[in-house]
Amino acid sequence: MAEPARPTRGYSVRTLPGFAIVALFTFVALYAPIAILVVFSFNAGTSLAIWEGFSLRWYVQAAQNEQVLDAGLRSLYLAGFSASIATVAATMAALATTRTRRFPGRTMIYALINQPLMVPEIVTAVALLIVFAAVKVWTGHTSMIYLIAAHTAFCVPFAYLPIRARLETMDNTLEVAARDLYAPPWKVFTRVTLPLMWPGIIAGLMLAFVISMDDVVITEFVKSAGQDTLPTYMLGQLRRVVTPEINAISTVILVVGAILVSLFFALTMRRR
Amino acid sequence: MTDAISEAPRALEREAEKNDIRTRWLLATPAIVIIFLFATAPLFVMVVYSFLAPGDYGNVKWEFSLDGWTNVLVQRDIFDDTLMWADAHLSIFWRSLSLSVITTFLTLVFGVPTAWFIATQPPGRREVWLFLITVPFWTNLLVRTIAIQELIRAEGVINNTLLFVGLINAPIQMMFTDFAIAFGMTYVYLPLMVLPVYAAVEKLDFRLVEAAHDLYAGRWVAFRRVILPLIKPGIIAGSILVFIPSLGAYVTPRVLGGGKNLMFGNLIELQFGAGRNWPLGAALSLMLMAAVMVSLIYYVRVTSREQSDG
Amino acid sequence: MKHALTAVSALALMAGGAMAKELNIYNWGNYTNPELIEKFEAETGIDVTITDYDSNDTALAKVKAGGHGFDIVVPSHSYIPIWISEGLLLESRPDQMENFGNVDPVWVDVAWDPGRHYTVPWQWGTTGVVVNTKYYDGDINTSAIFMDPPEELKGKINVVPEMGDVMALAIMYYGGTPCTGDREILKKVRDGLVEAKKSWLGMDYGNLEKFAKEDLWAGVNWNGSTFRMRLQNENVAYGYPKEGYVVWMDSVAVLADARNVEEAKMFQNFIMEPENAALISSFARYANGILGSDPYMPDDMKTAPEIVIPAELKDKGVFNQACPPDVQQLYTRIWTDLQK
Repeated sequence: MAEPARPTRGYSVRTLPGFAIVALFTFVALYAPIAILVVFSFNAGTSLAIWEGFSLRWYVQAAQNEQVLDAGLRSLYLAGFSASIATVAATMAALATTRTRRFPGRTMIYALINQPLMVPEIVTAVALLIVFAAVKVWTGHTSMIYLIAAHTAFCVPFAYLPIRARLETMDNTLEVAARDLYAPPWKVFTRVTLPLMWPGIIAGLMLAFVISMDDVVITEFVKSAGQDTLPTYMLGQLRRVVTPEINAISTVILVVGAILVSLFFALTMRRR
Repeated sequence: MTDAISEAPRALEREAEKNDIRTRWLLATPAIVIIFLFATAPLFVMVVYSFLAPGDYGNVKWEFSLDGWTNVLVQRDIFDDTLMWADAHLSIFWRSLSLSVITTFLTLVFGVPTAWFIATQPPGRREVWLFLITVPFWTNLLVRTIAIQELIRAEGVINNTLLFVGLINAPIQMMFTDFAIAFGMTYVYLPLMVLPVYAAVEKLDFRLVEAAHDLYAGRWVAFRRVILPLIKPGIIAGSILVFIPSLGAYVTPRVLGGGKNLMFGNLIELQFGAGRNWPLGAALSLMLMAAVMVSLIYYVRVTSREQSDG
Repeated sequence: MKHALTAVSALALMAGGAMAKELNIYNWGNYTNPELIEKFEAETGIDVTITDYDSNDTALAKVKAGGHGFDIVVPSHSYIPIWISEGLLLESRPDQMENFGNVDPVWVDVAWDPGRHYTVPWQWGTTGVVVNTKYYDGDINTSAIFMDPPEELKGKINVVPEMGDVMALAIMYYGGTPCTGDREILKKVRDGLVEAKKSWLGMDYGNLEKFAKEDLWAGVNWNGSTFRMRLQNENVAYGYPKEGYVVWMDSVAVLADARNVEEAKMFQNFIMEPENAALISSFARYANGILGSDPYMPDDMKTAPEIVIPAELKDKGVFNQACPPDVQQLYTRIWTDLQK
């Protein structure tokens, strides 16, 4: 037999020495606090750190606490709405600002989209408080729309940057080929561009969702009566006493999230 | 092609380019409108406030005053009334800046290998790993921080494990230290690094890497000279997402560091809260925003020049 | 879930020609006993919604901006004069309400609301020092615990980052009165705090576990929170500094732009009932200002040294006030210097 055309390597170019170990260490470090959090949600005592035996009392208490249940649901749907809107807007904006020569206003668009990142949250929060309060007084309307608007705005850059990073070096040979084969623009987009962008979009959506779920300061200043989210509910407890009730709620959200996303992935896998 | 027949296409081309720019602006419109209305425009309130006098009990008085801006850099000594540099503001800013640099560095060290690891998994499994990165962040920031503190307490999991294995004889003081802050900040900002880098690595053309190896480049040379330039946009996006927000971060450093020292975010928050000096708070934050904005625009100009050159 | 239900019942009631009665309470987080609210809802048929805040300043800024939808707020005493002078509170005249006779006379003619024309007592407490007596057995009724710490406690001290309280304690330690503008005392205060901070480990809230597990041994703390610590670790003790400690009271007020004024007044009257006041206390572990609530209180609270102030130290307690703006600016500067 002839020699193989290429020099044989005892390794794959896809693995870099040490990377897998660092990655696994990172995962362990990420989950260690989460494990503690989940363990203490089953604490019989009132503490987040002193183990007093197994019990479901905090789940029972959380299930009976209308305020915390409300806050948990509100956090989820606020993040769901805001992250989705933000991701759609960010995807469009990323398509607009990449894979082109500089055109008039490009830098400005870029700066504007990233603006929410550049201001400490408390400043946006106070500014929004003043503007939204005026609108609320004027219209007498105090629904969740204000929180959705504020969250969508600060989620856009978090969704935009991963999508942009994806697009920036995605070459357009496939799209050009499709166009040369007289595929209509919409088809080119849905059949070629979108599937190529998909991992960037997923990354952006996940980031935006997480950012919205965690926001405290802006929410605290924009919310109206009866609009506590989980983070603002927590913030209020900080100076008093924090009980494992919040761990129980967090654990439930983790489980719900895991189920939702597994379903989602199962569905998309089947389609493929 | 000859000149005679290339004239008409060139005009067409120019027309197409104009159309292209119009489409691009249209595409960017929703994002621009959302951000302008709900993040940028309200800041004009802050611009106005920074030129007013502080109200007696928070808020502002409608009197023109430059104190907000001058006090950012110079203040009168409260005891002997001499003018001096506001060294408190400067040293607090310096602390936040160094923390941001360290955080960005650490998220790079841990985030890039993690993103690489995820992106090189078989296609079906990538999303699962990606999801595993974000799951911990569905829980509340404060509960998470408290859990981190539980890990590093004197009798916490880490110290107990080390004692058990016999690596140390006495518990290490980690609670309320700089180590705790660095650990916590890296934890909190990690997904902001991993996800953009993942998006870039995932579409990396490994044939290029193969080619480098075929040309007998060592693994590290190939990494530095071939891979790194290709995933650079992701690394830059991640660094921006980590560096800038961590400049204004204060919950994590406060809880894990024990809150003895202010971060720039705390300093601003203090002015809007118990300090009751909204104009100074507004001026401090506009200053921060301007500095970040200028460096970001500079960066965009430089990188886009590189792109059109290369 | 609840919203859907509310909407349905609101529709049903509207069809019948009546509106559902509701009440929006804006209170400190984890401060309102759910049992109290359930009882109020059962007795009156009013649907109560609770929203949380985390600081007096946030609450003030939000209500002042308007459009918030709240009916009731529970500010600390030092902020009440600001709320009144800004015209944010409704003169609901609790002093003319049915249950007003239950209010302890001590809490009627208070400086921040003489004769109680606006507010009803919610809970009151003190800010003093906490010490783990296993590690230090000297006198704990002094601010020296954190201002000039004994050798044994150095490096294990935590001070709550509450500017108003800490400044007041430090000023009284040096013989001044809170809100003083006296530069000589303030210079001592700043230098003293900066020097003392070197022996502190942290300036943080929420240290129940750390004190219970003895990661922290001493510091500045609230009485109710120290009470909870002692229940977890019997060595934890609360001290009332003889140089002066801070007393505070949170009170319930109706907002000037409340939409449900009648319901809000009913709530004010409701919590002056001794049995209901005891419900408030048993949840957050602070004393209320209502006479006759003792029999309904949990037993461990009746004799708790964190709640019952020793007779010889009773007159050392001082209500801190909202300081004049120029003095407040000085304090902010000192506070910034301390943490730079």
